[in-house]
Amino acid sequence: MDLTELLDVGEAHRAAQKATRVHCCTSTGCRAASAMEVFKNLKTAVQDAGLEAEVEVVGVGCMGFCGRGPLVQIDPQQALYEEVKPEEATSIIDTLQGGTTPALKGDLQHPFFARQVKIVRQHSGKVDPESIEDYISVGGYRSLYKAIYEMSPGEVVDEIIASGIRGRGGGGYPTGLKWATVAKMPGDQKYVICNGDEGDPGAFMDRSVLESDPHLVLEGMAIAGYAIGANHGFIYVRAEYPLAIQRLQKAIQQAKKYGLLGSQIFDSPFDFKVDIRIGAGAFVCGEETALIQSIQGGRGNPIPRPPYPAQSGLWQCPTLINNVETLANISTIIREGGAWYASIGTDKSKGTKIFALTGKIRNNGLIEVPMGITLREIVEEMGGGVPDGEVKAVQTGGPSGGCIPASLLDTPVDYDSLVAIGSMMGSGGMVVMDQDTNMVEVAQFYMEFCRGETCGKCVPCRTGTVQLYALLTKLLKRQATQADLAKLESLCHMVQETSLCGLGISAPNPILSTLRYFNEEYQELLQPPAYLNGKVGHGQVTVSQ
Amino acid sequence: MQAVTKTTQATPKPAKSDHPSGDRRFKTLDMTMKRHQYKPDALIEVLHKAQESFGFLEEDVLTYIARGLKLPLSKVYGTATFYHLFSLKPNGAHTCVVCLGTACYVKGSNKVSAALEEELGIKLGETTADGKISLMAARCIGACGIAPAVVFDGTVAGKQEPEMALAKVKDWELE
Repeated sequence: MDLTELLDVGEAHRAAQKATRVHCCTSTGCRAASAMEVFKNLKTAVQDAGLEAEVEVVGVGCMGFCGRGPLVQIDPQQALYEEVKPEEATSIIDTLQGGTTPALKGDLQHPFFARQVKIVRQHSGKVDPESIEDYISVGGYRSLYKAIYEMSPGEVVDEIIASGIRGRGGGGYPTGLKWATVAKMPGDQKYVICNGDEGDPGAFMDRSVLESDPHLVLEGMAIAGYAIGANHGFIYVRAEYPLAIQRLQKAIQQAKKYGLLGSQIFDSPFDFKVDIRIGAGAFVCGEETALIQSIQGGRGNPIPRPPYPAQSGLWQCPTLINNVETLANISTIIREGGAWYASIGTDKSKGTKIFALTGKIRNNGLIEVPMGITLREIVEEMGGGVPDGEVKAVQTGGPSGGCIPASLLDTPVDYDSLVAIGSMMGSGGMVVMDQDTNMVEVAQFYMEFCRGETCGKCVPCRTGTVQLYALLTKLLKRQATQADLAKLESLCHMVQETSLCGLGISAPNPILSTLRYFNEEYQELLQPPAYLNGKVGHGQVTVSQ
Repeated sequence: MQAVTKTTQATPKPAKSDHPSGDRRFKTLDMTMKRHQYKPDALIEVLHKAQESFGFLEEDVLTYIARGLKLPLSKVYGTATFYHLFSLKPNGAHTCVVCLGTACYVKGSNKVSAALEEELGIKLGETTADGKISLMAARCIGACGIAPAVVFDGTVAGKQEPEMALAKVKDWELE
């Protein structure tokens, strides 16, 4: 395949498209709300109305507003329908001929949609994730061609460095620097790994990207392979995401058929093949060295770094590991240039970030926003605030992050500001909590998570998480003393400083951040002094254990 | 030449595996291992296949895989027990997985799981004595937009109230 052929495929596909496209979300969230039935009924309705010549119903990826699924959008009319019931399908098709529908109409001008800047999710909800032609018709695989034929591997790396993009998995390590390190390593065999082991509870960006636009990630991986000199890539996906796996498998097959993956891509000497590896339910495998162990068929135990995977990773070869979202940015950076990308965001955090806005909030779903936007803008303007009550805290970064109190909602969202207030960007989960949430219970919830997910290799993490959990339980049972609270804090620091990998190092974050911002809730739980005979009044606390 | 033809005739079922039980499911395992050229690195893929075909990983299956991939049984056992998805005990006829991720937790998934535990008389991670229903917990199934979520026999159901989940499980109990 060469460029003209690629453009021809896109052109032919565009020509074959009908004038009106009815997009129906077929991702996991909407599927759970009977989107497949809606999809089927829409198709039947088009047939019944005899509109097959000008209308087509397309199953697309996530449109973002997952809390109000199933979503149906009509192009080019720009009408969005929310919470569509299967029986409303006929009337929605009727609107194309001047009819009316009882279906709930969404507002595309709402800040939830209007304030988004879509780079990673640019095609999401617009293209059929199961059709490579759809992706090619919106300019897909053009960047891969550009990289192979118009740029040297070094220039690709330079472009990524110029873009200033940092790892979207949470750590925020500069992606360009990582690529340059792997590119410089000697050795004929190198690997690219796409980390799709999105384990943080409350985060589902990667699932959505893989389900909605798998080719975007594959293209990013191939460009990465070209830049660092790798000919083999692995995508590690959680087994909990069956639809993402199925769509990826299909996408890889389609790309192979067109000669866009496999040997001699675009008839050049560059070969790149991609294999899928399915996780088996271990949170720790999101850590890069553990993930490598898992791809090699072993227990997902992390190993000490250095050597970093960039030097010695998969089968002791130099390996580049990037998150799904990072790789999904690459194609656009190559197309538009690093300088363009660097113009979005803040000084030290460039580009956009997808957040999964969930919890006690009106507008649940995925948003892609430029770095530097404040938490208040996200939670109150885009999210519409808490349905009944006040925002008490926003949790970012999952079990590795922290709880940000309402008083700090004006903090800009970027890597460094979030770390400065004791949380972290994480992979992008953003769980909003209201006055009904007890922060000590939240800390206990996360500690239970870490206690169950620690791999058991290093002692501080294995026993530390158990002890921390026990102390929190003691507190919640109102049996703890001031000494226990002091012990809790010092143990947090010890686990943080002595653990081997990111899981243990960040496990105490939820406790430390709640201790810092919601200390009164801990104090309230302390045992009343003996001379009061337990007569001191307390707030309502429910112990979940 | 004669002898070879004779042996082929003596085994009427070509799908029979090398395993003495003749269970055809072992043949699927053989095929998976062969596709991965019996590389020890393919252990997790093979375990996935085994879990899918057998429903759980009994010792016999683990030994078979260990032999096939030329790995010590301890390594196979160690890997199988490390990952939550592999189960060494048989599951119930129906599975009910309650998501206990943060978004679901904030929206009251613990009430759903408590109601189910009470109804079935078992804890999360257990199977009812009659082998009908397994109750499990998931860390996060990524359906946070429709929290709290419960997966009934592989189908995700969103915005679950304790009563809704109970009704579903009660239907199963009557079967």
